[in-house]
Amino acid sequence: MNDQIIFEDVSKFYGEVLGVNRISLTIPPGITTLVGPNGSGKTTLMNLMTGLVQPSSGRISVVGLSPSNSPELFRILGYCTQFDSFPRGITGWQFVFDSLMLQGMSETEAVQLTIESLERVQLGDAAGRKIAGYSKGMRQKVRLAQAIAHHPRVLVLDEPLNGLDPMARAESIALFQELGRQGMHLLISSHILDEVDRISDRVVLITGGYLIAEGSIQQVRQEVREKPMQVLIRCDRPALLASRMFAINHCVEARLHADGRGVFLRTADIDQFYSILNGIAAEGLVKIEAVAPADDDASAIYQYLIGSDGSAL
Amino acid sequence: MREKMASFWKHLAGQPWGLWWIQARRLVRIEVRRNLFSWRAGWIYFLAFIPTFIILIHLMADTHHSSWISDDTNVLAGIVQLYYIRLGVFFGCLGIFSRLIRGEMIERSLHFYLLSPVRREVLLLCKFVAGSISAVLLFGSAILADFALMYAGFGAAGTDYVFNGPGLGQIEAYLAIVVLACLGYGAVFLLLSMMFKNPTPAAMLVLGWEAINPVMPSILQKISVASYLRHLMPVSVSADGIFALLTVQTEPVSAWAATLGLLVLIAVVLVYSCYRMRTLEIRYTTE
Repeated sequence: MNDQIIFEDVSKFYGEVLGVNRISLTIPPGITTLVGPNGSGKTTLMNLMTGLVQPSSGRISVVGLSPSNSPELFRILGYCTQFDSFPRGITGWQFVFDSLMLQGMSETEAVQLTIESLERVQLGDAAGRKIAGYSKGMRQKVRLAQAIAHHPRVLVLDEPLNGLDPMARAESIALFQELGRQGMHLLISSHILDEVDRISDRVVLITGGYLIAEGSIQQVRQEVREKPMQVLIRCDRPALLASRMFAINHCVEARLHADGRGVFLRTADIDQFYSILNGIAAEGLVKIEAVAPADDDASAIYQYLIGSDGSAL
Repeated sequence: MREKMASFWKHLAGQPWGLWWIQARRLVRIEVRRNLFSWRAGWIYFLAFIPTFIILIHLMADTHHSSWISDDTNVLAGIVQLYYIRLGVFFGCLGIFSRLIRGEMIERSLHFYLLSPVRREVLLLCKFVAGSISAVLLFGSAILADFALMYAGFGAAGTDYVFNGPGLGQIEAYLAIVVLACLGYGAVFLLLSMMFKNPTPAAMLVLGWEAINPVMPSILQKISVASYLRHLMPVSVSADGIFALLTVQTEPVSAWAATLGLLVLIAVVLVYSCYRMRTLEIRYTTE
């Protein structure tokens, strides 16, 4: 069975308004994050792959199944939407339990899975209360509990960290990572780019309905060749190192680290940069402690490709 | 042709009927609970039971002579035909059935159903069944109560009228009319709620259409719920003034033909609703 999510030349127009345009994308299992500004088409992409909206053109396959009116798909897919609304007057328990019963499970099995999923999101104690009385973070959690309760293979999460306090956010991220390690598909849209870095195997950058880039963060960063890469070098004599690099006329920018124990160097040719750095290290004038890329994170890629500071989203 | 039929039956037999039955029971239970046990249903209870309250006052305040049974029978027939069918069930069904799909879109909760492994056609039909059960429970019990209270004051004469006279036949007919009215108006309002963001103006057009339908050519009379129900009334209501428009007599149609005609109309409306449900998109921002 095909274990990939495939978009083939998919477009979606809402009347004359563009949702997404000619998206072709193949997503393997693991954690994939959709990154883009508001109105870029992230939610449209998620709604398309879950059949909540139909594509104007193109074809979508989710692990070999078509999202269009496909009960089989929803046995293996959970979608935690960002719509902060619930059926009126319902408790957390009823919300999760009813959705499991619609899977055609026995009552015993549904009860067991309801308990398991509510405890997994730390909501066991509040399960009997009406959702209308929940905080925003609790509503986010109960949506997540409902989405994972039936042990889906594909989990789609639209802004799942919104409204969560730092502790709950850390717990959710740990849960996503655990699910990702289990071989599950996780497609997450997030505005919190620092956390995208920590959890994503792949990123998909989208803006204005167009796909900008996709792949691992490092792959995407390397494709942005016109932007010099920044490297942080921890060493005992950062100023000397910077001057040597400029003497060779290689680096385009140097900035000392605030603690005086390192230097940020920006280079247009990372391979040659490492070769030169090796030479300097071999000379013994500078004692190098650590070398790490400083801008192959989601925030930097976002800034380069989409043009604004990701943190401002 | 025979091969096609065999293939069709084989296809039908291959469907997951067991799963659909389990899902349907759960869906209907959830929906009936929401329809009947919420504060927002209060006004539908009011619509259903306001005549019951008035008849209760009539029972307690007025004297009852056995010779007036036929008068009260006519009053009850008038209440069913002029109030329940034209107003009570009409607006009650508008409230119940337009909430099933459109209401959930406005509340932004329909996607929970669409993301469950339930065929959309099954979902729609279950919502229709749940709406029908809710409406029939409300209006059926109201008419039963009306009937019981109407004849309770006549003592032995009333009992004799109900159990040895035409009474039981009449209440059976009224209940059948209420069931068909709930199904008919329910199907229409369910469809209208899927076609229009606000189905109320369209419902007002339906109300107007139902009012003028008796004076329409017979072919157009077939596109009306009330015109079928009129032929099932056990007691004809003669009315003067503006009410005469609501009680125009048309060419007689047998009860079974009227019932069958209405069921066909309901089936056609539901089939089209299923088609719309298949292509329904969740775009809450436009609601």
